[in-house]
Amino acid sequence: MPADSQAAPTFGKRLFVIDSELCVGCQCCMFACSRRFGEAGLAKSAIHVRSAGGVERGFVVIVCRGCEDPPCERVCPTDALQRRVNGGGVFLNMDKCIGCGNCVEACTIGAVFWDEEMHKPTICVHCGLCVGFCPYHVLELRQVQRGQQ
Amino acid sequence: MIEGDPLSSVLHIDLSRRRFCVVNREQLFENHIGGAGVAINLLKEECPKGANPLGPENPMVFAVGPLTGIFPIASKTVAMFKSPHTGNLGESHAGGRSAVAIRMAGYGAIVVKGASSTPVYLVIQRGGVEFRDASALWGMTSVTAGRAIREEEPSAGNRTIMRIGRAGEKIVSYSCVVTETYRHFGRLGLGAVFGSKKLKAIMIAGKRSLKVKDAIQYRKTYQEIFQSLIESLAMKKYHELGTAMNIHSLNELGALPTRNLEAARFELAEEISGERFAEKYLGRRIACAHCPVSCIHLATLREPYEHEKYFYKSRAICYDYEPIYAIGAMTGISSINRLLKLLEEIELLGLDAISAGVALAWATEAQLTGLIHESDTAGLRLAWGEHDTYARALRFLVEQPTDFYRALARGVDHASSIYGGEDFALAFGGNEMPGYHTGPAAYASYMTGMRHSHLDSAGYSLDQKSCLSGKMQSAEELADDLLSEESWRQILSSLVICYFGREIYSTKVVLSTLRLVGYEFASDDLLTIGKETLAAKHEFKKREGFDFKKLRIPKRVLEIASPTGQISADYISDIVDSYYSKI
Repeated sequence: MPADSQAAPTFGKRLFVIDSELCVGCQCCMFACSRRFGEAGLAKSAIHVRSAGGVERGFVVIVCRGCEDPPCERVCPTDALQRRVNGGGVFLNMDKCIGCGNCVEACTIGAVFWDEEMHKPTICVHCGLCVGFCPYHVLELRQVQRGQQ
Repeated sequence: MIEGDPLSSVLHIDLSRRRFCVVNREQLFENHIGGAGVAINLLKEECPKGANPLGPENPMVFAVGPLTGIFPIASKTVAMFKSPHTGNLGESHAGGRSAVAIRMAGYGAIVVKGASSTPVYLVIQRGGVEFRDASALWGMTSVTAGRAIREEEPSAGNRTIMRIGRAGEKIVSYSCVVTETYRHFGRLGLGAVFGSKKLKAIMIAGKRSLKVKDAIQYRKTYQEIFQSLIESLAMKKYHELGTAMNIHSLNELGALPTRNLEAARFELAEEISGERFAEKYLGRRIACAHCPVSCIHLATLREPYEHEKYFYKSRAICYDYEPIYAIGAMTGISSINRLLKLLEEIELLGLDAISAGVALAWATEAQLTGLIHESDTAGLRLAWGEHDTYARALRFLVEQPTDFYRALARGVDHASSIYGGEDFALAFGGNEMPGYHTGPAAYASYMTGMRHSHLDSAGYSLDQKSCLSGKMQSAEELADDLLSEESWRQILSSLVICYFGREIYSTKVVLSTLRLVGYEFASDDLLTIGKETLAAKHEFKKREGFDFKKLRIPKRVLEIASPTGQISADYISDIVDSYYSKI
C-alpha cells in the first residue's frame, strides 16, 4: 500500500485473496457463500476454488476484484448490474436481469459465476461471510481506498 | 428426508449395453440413510449369488449421504462390490472431491454394472452419463490418465476423477482406484473390478443447491461443528503432523510391525517418523472437499537427472501412517527419499499400499528362507532395505512375468498356499494386515471387522487402553466393545462422515444434523440401523462363502511380543467366536 494512501478517504470494503499458497482446497468458503441464502450446496457460490492443474500444484482462488470500472457492468444490456457506491464492483438487480450471460463472458478473471438453477449470474457482494470459514487466512475483507487495486 | 432431495436418485449404468437410467429410491434412503447402509442393500439387490468378482455381473456401488454437501466432513464415498481379493464383501471408502461431486451431480448412489468390450471412461453430470473412448488412456499411469481427463473435460473445481493405473488393468487383486491423485479406494481390489470392466476412469461433476429444514438453525449448527473441527484437540493430530505421527508412538510402544513382523520395533523408525517427514519433506497440505482439516500431507521430492546437469525433477507424493508402515518398516527401508520413490511407484501403478508392502515383506522372507528362488522372482534378490529391487518387484507384480508374480498379485494368502510360508503370511480373512501389532483386540478386529480393516472397529485402541490400565478385559467384553464400535461406525459411514471426525459427530450432533435434513430419528433408531447395516454386511459375506471358522491366525503374530505381552491364539479365537455369536 503506498504511504500517501493513508490520507485518502476509505471507500468501503472489498474481499482480497491474501495468499493462495495457503489454500488447502477445502472449498469451505464456497459452501459458506452458498449459505448466504440459507441453502446448502454450491449453486450460489460467488467464489471458486480449483486446482492449479492438479492439486499438487496448489489452488487458484477466484474472487471478484471489485473493479472501479467493471467490464461486467459495461456489457449488461438491461442495467441489471449497477456499480456499488462503496468498495468497487457491482450489485445485481435480479428483476432486471434477463440471464444473457454477457457479464460472465466479460469478466476477464472469471469471477462472475453462473447459477444454473436460476439462469442468472452470481455476483460477489463483498460481505465477507467466506472469510470466517477460511481457517487458513487465505481471504480477508479490507477497507479500500479509491484508486487502489 | 426433505422432499425433492436428489439424494434419493440412484444412477444405474450398464457398461455392456452403454445405457443408463435413474431410479428414485426414497424409501431406501429413508430406511438406511445413505453411504454404507444404502450401498450394502444395493449390492445385495444387484450382485447375484456366487458372482464372479471379475465378471460383468459384479456391480460397483458408490454411495454418499444426506449430510454430504450440507455439513462439513460428510465427504467420504462408500464403494461396495464383490471383492476379487477376498471373494466376499468389498468395501472401501475414499474422500477427495468424490462425495461432494456425486451429491452435486444430483445422485445419492451410482451403480455400475456390465463390462465394456473396449476401454472406456465415464463422464457423469446432471444430464446423465457419457461413454468416452479410453483406448488412448489404457496403459497409462493413474497420474497421467488423471491429467489427460482433467484437460479434456470441463468443471474444474467441481469434479472428481476416479481412475486406475496399470495394476487395475492387469487385475492385481489389491489394485486401487485413485481419486484426485492422492486419495484412494485403497483396499480389497476395486481397481481390479474397474480393470475387468475395461473402465479406466469415472469423472463426476456438478453444482447445485440443497435445501435444509430450518435455515437459521442450520447456520448455527454448521458454525458449531465447523468451530469444533478447527479447534478440537481430537483433530489436531490429523491436522499437524498427520497420521504419520503414529510411527513414533507405535514404535515406542513396540507395536510397529517391522520386516514382516520379525520385530515390533524398527530401530530406524525415527528416520521415517512423521516429525522427520514434516521437517525435511512436507511440501503442501491439502484437504478433501468440504473439510477444513487438511490431513492430506504431500512430500516434495526433488531429484537431479543423472545425465542432465542442473535439471531436476520435483514432484509431490502423499504419505500417511499406513503406507510408511507397509513400505517402510515392513521392508526395512529407513530413508525417506527411497521410501517416497516406492510410494510414488505404488501411486503410479495404482496398488493398495498396505497389501503391496505386506506382499513385498512376505516375498522377501520367503526368498531369504529358500521357499522361492531367483527363477521365481525374475532374477531379483529381495532383501530388507533394498529399495531398487523393491521398485522392480512392484513393476513385476503388475506385469506378472512369472507364475510367482501371478500368485503374489492375488495376495499373500494365495501365494503362501502355493509356495508355503503361511506362518508368516500376514493376512486376515485374505486381507493383508494393517500396521498395528498392539495386541489381541487388534487381531480380533482384523478377523471380525467386515472389511478386515483396523478401521472397522479400532481394536488397536482397545489394546492401548488395556496397556494403560494394566487390566485385561475378558474375551466377551472385548467382543462387545468391538461389536458396538463397529455398529456405530456403520452410522458414520452411512452418513459418510470421515472417521477422523468421529469425536465431533457424537450421537447428539448426528441427530441434530439429521433433523435439519429431514430425518426425525432418536438415538435408538441409530443403534438399530447401525446393527442392521452390520448384519446385512455379514449376511452378504456369508452368502458369498465367508466362514469365520476358517479364519487363520499366522503363527508369526503369536511369536512376537506385543505391548500387551505375548498374544494367545485361544484368546483371539474366544473374542472372535463371541463376536460372531452376537452379531
